[in-house]
Amino acid sequence: MSEQTIALTLSAQNLCRNYGDHVAVHNVSIQLKRGEVLGLLGPNGAGKTTTMRMLTGNLAPSAGSIRICGFDLFDNPYNAKSHLGYLPETPPLYQDMTVNEYLHLVARLHRIESRAIPTALEETKQRCGLNDRGSHLIHTLSKGFQQRVGIAQAIIHSPDIIILDEPTVGLDPNQIREIRLLIRELGATSSVILSTHILSEVDSVCDRVQIMHQGCMVFDEALADLRLKGINLETIFTQLTFQNRGNMDRVEAA
Amino acid sequence: MIAVIARKELRMLFTSPLAWILLALIQLILTWVFLGRLDAFLEIQPQLLQIANPPGITEIIISPVFAMAAIVLLMITPLLTMRLLAEERRNHTLVLLISAPISMSDIVLGKFLGLMIFFLMVISLILVLSVSLLAGGVLDYGLLLTSTIGLFLISACFAALGIYISSLTAQPVIAAIGALGILLGLWIMDLIANDADGWMQYFSLLKHFEYFNRGLIDTFSVTYFILFIVTFLVLTIRCLDGERLNN
Repeated sequence: MSEQTIALTLSAQNLCRNYGDHVAVHNVSIQLKRGEVLGLLGPNGAGKTTTMRMLTGNLAPSAGSIRICGFDLFDNPYNAKSHLGYLPETPPLYQDMTVNEYLHLVARLHRIESRAIPTALEETKQRCGLNDRGSHLIHTLSKGFQQRVGIAQAIIHSPDIIILDEPTVGLDPNQIREIRLLIRELGATSSVILSTHILSEVDSVCDRVQIMHQGCMVFDEALADLRLKGINLETIFTQLTFQNRGNMDRVEAA
Repeated sequence: MIAVIARKELRMLFTSPLAWILLALIQLILTWVFLGRLDAFLEIQPQLLQIANPPGITEIIISPVFAMAAIVLLMITPLLTMRLLAEERRNHTLVLLISAPISMSDIVLGKFLGLMIFFLMVISLILVLSVSLLAGGVLDYGLLLTSTIGLFLISACFAALGIYISSLTAQPVIAAIGALGILLGLWIMDLIANDADGWMQYFSLLKHFEYFNRGLIDTFSVTYFILFIVTFLVLTIRCLDGERLNN
């Protein structure tokens, strides 16, 4: 048991979240091992973003508990959050800062020692391909580069858990490939949760997949097992989340 | 951590032209008032000499400048506070601060501190203006000190209120108009309080500042200012915390 708790970096139990009468997330549990990349799939409005906001302390769950590297997110938020890196749907960038200024600020917010900041900055820029953009103002960068700054912001303090909300949206195919490579690389040392709409992305980067539908977790399986069983991810996804059976039959017939 | 946020706020303030324009504008207005009062003083100086205990240059020139400064700060504070939380929310950057291992009170106090450092710059410019009178006379340092303390406290009140209004909305313009409206309301309350000798005057910020401007440090006024500041900072922290619970 104790061995298992050490191996788990993130453990969320029975998370619920209501907005007034509307139930956004119901009884969702997520467990993450070190070095695992988890793909969180689901149609729009399934509750992926809400779940991620709860995991990062941006939203308090209506019920349930979250432990991060052994620290409870509510009893001990500072220790818990220092193990987290989060890239929200819209990257939280200060448009008027240069990339260097911005990453420097983030490093200080995450309590990286002053002496270690220059090294961390260089390393992170290297990993995210931002080397020659350090002195550019963020609002002059293209969307792809802004997304990279967003990722840099999430990994600069080498967190144990990295949560990325649709990191490849709006990028060109080359950039998508680069970001996927980066995510694989991050997965070697940290745990990564990745939400996306793109099924092939899950296929190429993730170790495990969980599918959410209407606020509930409806599927949880390792990708290796799926491949062994010869099940196609897209078939599963459509079966579990397609609302209208009639429509679906038509799609299958086509 | 409070210092990290404060430094960030100051840097963002001074990379935009807003801070520089406001500093120049404040200085222009106050210097104008200053020169006007100096002129008036020189005109009535012969008559003052005939009075037994005449008011000095501090009372005639510097006090009105500080009174004007309080009103100018009342006008510009909404412009400075509107961005603090409303813009962070609109640009989705508040998430960055909330996800970082710092507390909500660090965020709010850091922003408040950053703004107060800016106000300290404004106040020190006014002090330099006042000290320039030493070239031709003597100053009443006691009066200068109480006026400075008063201006510092009242600007802190403006800042605390502005930050609170900014925490209520995602629209910087709404935050500015809201804060300006309330501050103007508090000013008008001062005008009413001048007429009636009632309870109203206890709530007027500028009325309390007037005591400082006359050289009085009234513990009641100090307490009122500090309570005002603490109340609105606590309300801001609670407002941001509440957002996580039920937005």
